[in-house]
Amino acid sequence: MIMSQIQTKRPATAPNPPVFELIEVEQEFSVPKPGRGLFNRDTVGLKALDGVRLSIAQGASLALVGESGSGKSTLLRVLLGLDAPSGGRALYRGRPIREARARGTGFARDVAMVYQDARGSLDPRMTVGQLIAEPLRHFNIVKKGEEAARVAQLIDRVGLPTDAASRYPSGLSGGQVRRVAIARALASEPSVLVADEAVSGLDVSTQAQLLTLLRSLQRDMGLTLVFITHDLGVASYLCEEIAIMYLGRIVETGPTDAVLDAPAHPYSAALRAAAPRFFEPIPEPLPGEIPSPLDLPKGCRFSSRCPAAQEDCRLRDPQLGQQGAGRAVACLHPLTSTGAQASENR
Amino acid sequence: MKDMASNPILSLRDLSVHRGTAKILDRVNLSLAEGETLALVGESGAGKSTIATALMRLLDGAKVEGSAEMEGAGDLLALSERQMVKLRGRRLSMIFQDAGSALNPSYTVGRQLITVLRRNLGLSKAEARTRAVELFTSVGINDPEGRMSAYPHQLSGGMQQRVMVAIALACNPDLLLADEPTSALDVTIQAQIVRLILAQTKSRGASCIFVLHDLALASQSCDRIVVLYAGQVVESGPARDILEYHRHPYTKQLKSCVLEIGTKEVTAPEGTVPPHSEMPVGCRFATRCPRALPRCAGEAPPLQPARAGADGPLDHQFACWNPE
Repeated sequence: MIMSQIQTKRPATAPNPPVFELIEVEQEFSVPKPGRGLFNRDTVGLKALDGVRLSIAQGASLALVGESGSGKSTLLRVLLGLDAPSGGRALYRGRPIREARARGTGFARDVAMVYQDARGSLDPRMTVGQLIAEPLRHFNIVKKGEEAARVAQLIDRVGLPTDAASRYPSGLSGGQVRRVAIARALASEPSVLVADEAVSGLDVSTQAQLLTLLRSLQRDMGLTLVFITHDLGVASYLCEEIAIMYLGRIVETGPTDAVLDAPAHPYSAALRAAAPRFFEPIPEPLPGEIPSPLDLPKGCRFSSRCPAAQEDCRLRDPQLGQQGAGRAVACLHPLTSTGAQASENR
Repeated sequence: MKDMASNPILSLRDLSVHRGTAKILDRVNLSLAEGETLALVGESGAGKSTIATALMRLLDGAKVEGSAEMEGAGDLLALSERQMVKLRGRRLSMIFQDAGSALNPSYTVGRQLITVLRRNLGLSKAEARTRAVELFTSVGINDPEGRMSAYPHQLSGGMQQRVMVAIALACNPDLLLADEPTSALDVTIQAQIVRLILAQTKSRGASCIFVLHDLALASQSCDRIVVLYAGQVVESGPARDILEYHRHPYTKQLKSCVLEIGTKEVTAPEGTVPPHSEMPVGCRFATRCPRALPRCAGEAPPLQPARAGADGPLDHQFACWNPE
C-alpha cells in the first residue's frame, strides 16, 4: 500500500493522486559570480535542485537523506509551497503546490511542519498552552469553549506533563520543546507531517522517546510522513521508504530496508558504511567533500568521489532509472548486492 | 587492549565540581594509560564535558575539588595559571565541539596555527610556516598552502574541524581531549575526522579522551568506556565489557537507544535526568530505573568490581544495588 513510485506509472491500488508529486523539479538560484569585483553585478545560476522526481502516496513514510548541501531543505521549501520551483512541476494531490497554497487555508491545514530549530519556531512570550491554541483558533478547529480541553488532549498525546500548558518555552528542555512543536503541528489535524531533522542534536534517550512518539502518531492517525534526516538509523526505524540525495538530485530511492540492505548507488553504500555500528572498524571514508554546486564534476556528479567510477562516468550524467521492485537508482554502474558487500568490506 | 600495569598518564581522584549549590560532578575517579583512548559517554548534563574542561582548567565560576595527576606535570588542578599556560597546547590539548566558534573569526587559519607553533615551540616565522603547511597536509587539507590564508568562515565544517585537529596536535601533546568533535558534522565527514584523530594520536603515542554521546561510535574508536549519569560514574571498563556484559541498568538503557541501521524497536527510557535541585539522595538513577529497589532511593551504591578477583581498580566497575 505504501509506495512511492518514481516513474509516472501508478499502481492500480492508488486511485487518488499522490499527496506530493515532483516531476523534473529544478530550483535555480542566481548567486554572485565567484571572484567577481566589488562593483561587478555578474551572477551565475546555482542549481540547488536538478531534475528531482519523487512521488509520495497517502499514508507513506519517506525519509529524505543526504549531507549538508544536498538540497534537502530546498526540496522541503518546494514541498511546502514556500518557493515556486524554477523548472518542472510540483504537485499536491494533482494540483500545483503554489496554487493549492494560494487557495485558502486548506493546504496549510493539511500539511503541517515541524521545524529543525524547534525552539526558534516558538514565540518565547507565549505559554505552551497559547502556542498550541494558536493553530486551533487560526483554523477554527474547535469551538471556543472546547479549546482548553483540546489543548490538554494534545499536551497529553505528545507526552508533555499536564502542567506544561502554563509554562514558557524557555523553561522546557530540548526534548520537550520538540514535543510542543509536534503538538502545534498536530493541532490543525493534518494528514501530512513534514519534519526537518526533528530528532537531531538530542540525547539518544530523548531521541528514542520522540521517535517512538512519532511512530505511534503516524500509525494511529494514518499520517503521511516526510522526514528529513541525515541519520540512516533514524530513517530505517521510522520510514518505510527512503530517498537519498546528493548535490541537488535524488540518487537512489526505494523501500528503506531493501535500499539499506543492498545499496545500488555507491554513494548510498558509502553513507551506510559511515554510519556508526557496534565494534565494526570505521571504514575508509569517501575521499574529499561534496563539490561546490557551482563547479559540478562533468558526467555523473558523484564521479569525483566515487570509489567505483569508470571512464564513462565522467562523460555521461546518469538519470534516475528503475532498479528492481519499487527501487530506482541514478548510476551507470549500480552495485549488485555482492558489489555492495565488497565495497563495504574495503 | 593496553597493558594496565603501565603507569597511567592521567589519574583523577575524587574530582568534584560545584556550581552554586549544585554538585555537577561527584567524586569521579578514573585513570588513563599511555596510548589509551577512553570514551566518556552519557546524556547532556552527565558531566562529560565538565571533566574535559576541568582538566584544561577552563571552568569559570565553579568550585573544583579532588586531584588530577598528570604524569610529569603534577596535579593539574593545583598548578598555577602560569604553569597551566605552559602545559596547554604542549602536553595537553583540546578539540572543541564547535570548530566554527572555537576558531578566531578575525585571523586566517594559517596565522592561528603559526601563532601556536611560534609561541609554544619557539619556531621562527619561516619554520613555523613550513611546519604549519606540513600539519595541514597531515590532517588531509587539500591545497594546504592556499588554505593558510583562508578565514574560518571560508571553510566547511569538516575543514574547520581539521584545522582544529591540526592546532591541537601541533605540539605533539601527550593527552588530547576531544569534546564531541564530530557531532555537528555529516556522517561521512564524521568517519573521516574520527579516523584522523585516531591515526594522529596513535602515530604520536598520545592518549586520548573522547567525549561522545554515541555508544556505537565509542565502541568503534575507544579502548575503554566510562558511563556517566548526572555527574557520577555509573559504570566503567573495557569497551567490550561495557557494551556486552554491562551490569548497570542505565548502560543497558543507553545501549538500547542506539539506532543502528535496521533497528526496528527501541525501548525509550521514561522521564529525564532530574534537576540538580531535586537530585535523589541515594542512587541518582533510581527515579528512572526499571530495577530500582527500596534501598536505592535512600543509599547511594558504591562502585564495585564487576567480577570477583578482578585485578585492580582499572577493570570493569559498576555502581548499582541491583545489577543486571
